[in-house]
Amino acid sequence: MGFSQHTGKDGRLSMPSLFQQIQAGMVWDFHGGIHPPTRKQQTNQKPVAVMPLPDRLYIPLRQHIGVAGQLLVKAGDTVLKGQPLTQADNSMAVPVHAPTSGIVLAITPHTGAHPSALPELTLVLAPDGKEQWREREPLTLASCDNMTLLNRIQESGIAGMGGAGFPTHLKAGVNQPVDYLIINAVECEPYITADDLLMQEAATTIVKGIDILCQLLNPKAVLIGIEDDKPIAAAAMMAACSQREHYYVRTVPTKYPSGGEKQLIQLLTNKEVPNGRRPVDIGIVMQNVGTAFAVAQAVLDDHPLLSRIVTVAGDTLSQPQNVLALIGTPVSSLLNFCGFQSEPKQRVIMGGPMMGFALADLNVPVVKTTNCILAPTANELPAASNEMDCIRCSNCADACPASLLPQQLLWYSKAKDSEKLVEYNLADCIECGACAYVCPSEIPLVQYYRVAKAELREQQREALKAEQAKARFEARNARLEREKQERAERNQQLAAARQQQQLASGANNAVADALARIKAKQAQVNTGAINTEAESSSVATQNASAETQISTDKAAILAERERKKQQAREYQQQKAAAIAAEMKAEQHAATDVSTNQIATPSDSAAAANSNSTVDSKAAAVAAALARARAKKAAETAQGTAMPAKADADTKTEHDNDADPRRAAVAAALARAKAKKAAETTASTAPADTSNISTEASSQAGSDTDPRKAAIAAAIARAKAKKQADSENS
Amino acid sequence: MSFKIASSPHQHNQRSTAQLMRLVAFACLPGIAVQAVLFGYGVLVQLLLAIITAWCSEALVLKLRNKPILPRLKDNSALLTAVLLAIAIPPYAPWWIIVIGTAFAIIMVKQLYGGLGNNLFNPAMAAYVLLLVSFPLHMTQWLPPLSLQSVSLMPADAVCAVFSQYSCSGFSLTQLQSSVDGITMATPLDTLRTDLSRGLTLDESLAKPVFFAFAGTGWLWVNLAYLLGGLVLIQQKIIGWRIPVAVLGSLFVLSAIASLAAPDTMAGPLFHLFSGGTMLAAFFIATDPVSASTTNRGRLIYGALIGLLVFLIRNFGGYPDAYAFAVLLANMAVPLIDYYTRPRTYGHRTRSER
Repeated sequence: MGFSQHTGKDGRLSMPSLFQQIQAGMVWDFHGGIHPPTRKQQTNQKPVAVMPLPDRLYIPLRQHIGVAGQLLVKAGDTVLKGQPLTQADNSMAVPVHAPTSGIVLAITPHTGAHPSALPELTLVLAPDGKEQWREREPLTLASCDNMTLLNRIQESGIAGMGGAGFPTHLKAGVNQPVDYLIINAVECEPYITADDLLMQEAATTIVKGIDILCQLLNPKAVLIGIEDDKPIAAAAMMAACSQREHYYVRTVPTKYPSGGEKQLIQLLTNKEVPNGRRPVDIGIVMQNVGTAFAVAQAVLDDHPLLSRIVTVAGDTLSQPQNVLALIGTPVSSLLNFCGFQSEPKQRVIMGGPMMGFALADLNVPVVKTTNCILAPTANELPAASNEMDCIRCSNCADACPASLLPQQLLWYSKAKDSEKLVEYNLADCIECGACAYVCPSEIPLVQYYRVAKAELREQQREALKAEQAKARFEARNARLEREKQERAERNQQLAAARQQQQLASGANNAVADALARIKAKQAQVNTGAINTEAESSSVATQNASAETQISTDKAAILAERERKKQQAREYQQQKAAAIAAEMKAEQHAATDVSTNQIATPSDSAAAANSNSTVDSKAAAVAAALARARAKKAAETAQGTAMPAKADADTKTEHDNDADPRRAAVAAALARAKAKKAAETTASTAPADTSNISTEASSQAGSDTDPRKAAIAAAIARAKAKKQADSENS
Repeated sequence: MSFKIASSPHQHNQRSTAQLMRLVAFACLPGIAVQAVLFGYGVLVQLLLAIITAWCSEALVLKLRNKPILPRLKDNSALLTAVLLAIAIPPYAPWWIIVIGTAFAIIMVKQLYGGLGNNLFNPAMAAYVLLLVSFPLHMTQWLPPLSLQSVSLMPADAVCAVFSQYSCSGFSLTQLQSSVDGITMATPLDTLRTDLSRGLTLDESLAKPVFFAFAGTGWLWVNLAYLLGGLVLIQQKIIGWRIPVAVLGSLFVLSAIASLAAPDTMAGPLFHLFSGGTMLAAFFIATDPVSASTTNRGRLIYGALIGLLVFLIRNFGGYPDAYAFAVLLANMAVPLIDYYTRPRTYGHRTRSER
């Protein structure tokens, strides 16, 4: 081709550009790799067999990397072939379709096609054998814009069919400029010939699919990488591409893992994907050849991803072959179709022998990424059984396609030295298994790395959590400190205000004043009590929040003040009771009286509710209850006893915030006492006493200190008794 | 029906560690054969003693460590250590030399560090150094090739000599060591060293009967035989080419420069390559995977370091041959070499590019 002779503008010999080298047919190499026996001749000479419909199809709702779509059908529904079963509601979702017409039997957890064998939500379909299609709307490439194409690709449920299952519409819809679209037809794992057969039988459709991808990505060139052990497939692809100018079919030497994304990029373009970046960052997008085929089917035939070619191989099968299997076909049906004779301790592997995973049970279905089912005899693939010590031969390092040092990673994995594992780039391990394949000591290296990777991830998650917790803790401490300071400031201000007030009222000696008030408790409160109302509430707040700062003297004063406040309330209640009796507890009393200076029970309930955190509905209910009770009581008994009860109820309601249980108990007690009092005496005075005790106990309920509450209740009871005695006498 | 669950990969290369060790031991056979033919059958007696001692010591320690004995004996690593030590020591050294050496190699150097794969030093070479330092007389009593011996030895004499230090017909080792004209003969390296220190020129020394062509009589063939075995190992991909090439290359280059600079007092590269234990060390001892460097660049450095140390000790040090010391010193440098010669991981930049 003469590119090496290419001369630059300055007349000197210059290096040919990468594109020129690629055009010249150059193929590079990657580090490491192994040459396991390919054993592809078991299946690569036979045509793809079509399997009869199985009895049941198990269609996992999520078969790709991403999230499941929203379920569109329910058990008992009849579905048509190609009908979507789920709907993609975001870009990471890819729907699944009914592979044939039939009835949805159930949507239930079923063993998943995953190494963990964890159950995942799966739709069980009973085929009816009619193969009735839904309506189809084929598109033509010329008439579509990119958005339509991408939507069609997503709606057809296409996800990378090479094994990873990344949603194709995301890869095909990148916004960055793309130099090379690489079609991965390497199929480097032993045994697997699914892509080989697909190319042999459907090369033209594949090329149509590549055309569609080209329209979406607009690359400079398309590189189709095929291993040189597939001459028929390569010839078929070359023939199909003969009309396309920038499609280059490149055969690469047979070496595992040439089909790895990073390895194939290196083979075909001599580029490396930088650490932590994606291929598209260096202008490369890679799609599997099966994906290209599925894209063509989806766009040109409106045939969503309903089936795929699966290589069924292994010496336990009488007819190893490639099978066109519907998505959801149980592995057992597939194996039986190929003449499966199981051995004791049989291994059944989904995927190839290098990266596939062993199945725990054969009800696992074929999914979009299943390219091979392997049922080998024990002689064919002897299990690595006796792990020995590492002799540091570093055959693994020579085999590693990522140029890692697997023996060092093993050492640090065993030692759980996460720092060193990061330093030695454990994260760059692609788990291809080349190291474990060559290890003379039969160490399951990949398994060690998987465990170590999981632990690293867990540690990083823990570290993140710890960091967040620390930040939260620090923020909380700062907030508490701030609040403490604010409280201290407020307390100081309040203290100053109180002192001024005390000075104004002429009470210089607080203790003396308190004592005087205790002695004069029968004297009751006058108009000044109302003034103290506001103050006492603020004192209560202070009492609750800054107890430690208050001296015992102050505590005594506060207790006194509390008592005084209660007395004020009692006075108010008596007054209110009288008014309420006059008003006969009309339904709209609350709103009318709210304008008055004196609060009626209903009004107080409403006010409490509007001020408290209780929502308006609860408030309304409480008010209604109170009103109803008030009315009832007014109708049946003396008008004076009623408001007290109503008041008790509303109070209780209000106290729910602080301690609902205690408040409820107190209220119940109060009610019981009130009833008893009402029974024993018919006069208005006992009603008052019950009022007092109710008030006291429910008031106590609002306090956080039960002892204080008990004391208050006792005082109230004593007072009530005394009052009753004096009234009776 | 229960299915066997295994982790990928499910396919495995069928060459095991035991096979590797056995193949390395087999590759020693040409060298052992040449040694036996040219220097007498003492080496076979030593081999037998060494292997028995190695197995016994290994079994003993494994028992003490509560490890399965038979599977680990079958890995052939003890066998290989025994073979390498047995062919490295003088063929007629007394029996307890090899017994002490092998037991030390297996118990102290290998098992006390944690067994196979965990030893920092090459067990055979550590034992060799122990013996050389502790029993210098016995460890330097190399008999001349049979062709130069005044008394012809029968195969049975080998057994007698090893166990009693006298041949069956009653000659002492010292007598056996003497040449026809009654002069005690040392190894070619030793002879050259002594001669050079006595002021003889290289040519004068090389004219002595212990020398043949450009190397020592007999030793040339022994080295060629180990070279052959080593090439087979490389061809079979049991050892890599880097360490042997680096050892031989650095020794060759250094001695070439030296002999050009001082042709009368410095032996040439070919003499160095085919004298003493050069080939044995380059292909069989320095390549011990456990104690050697594990990175590709590191192996070149490691090999070159051994070549340099051998050159220095042979020409300027106190011992005629130096492989054991060179290998042990290089073993010590391995962790450092490995750390600084890590390969660039795919997609990462090297330290210099960063």
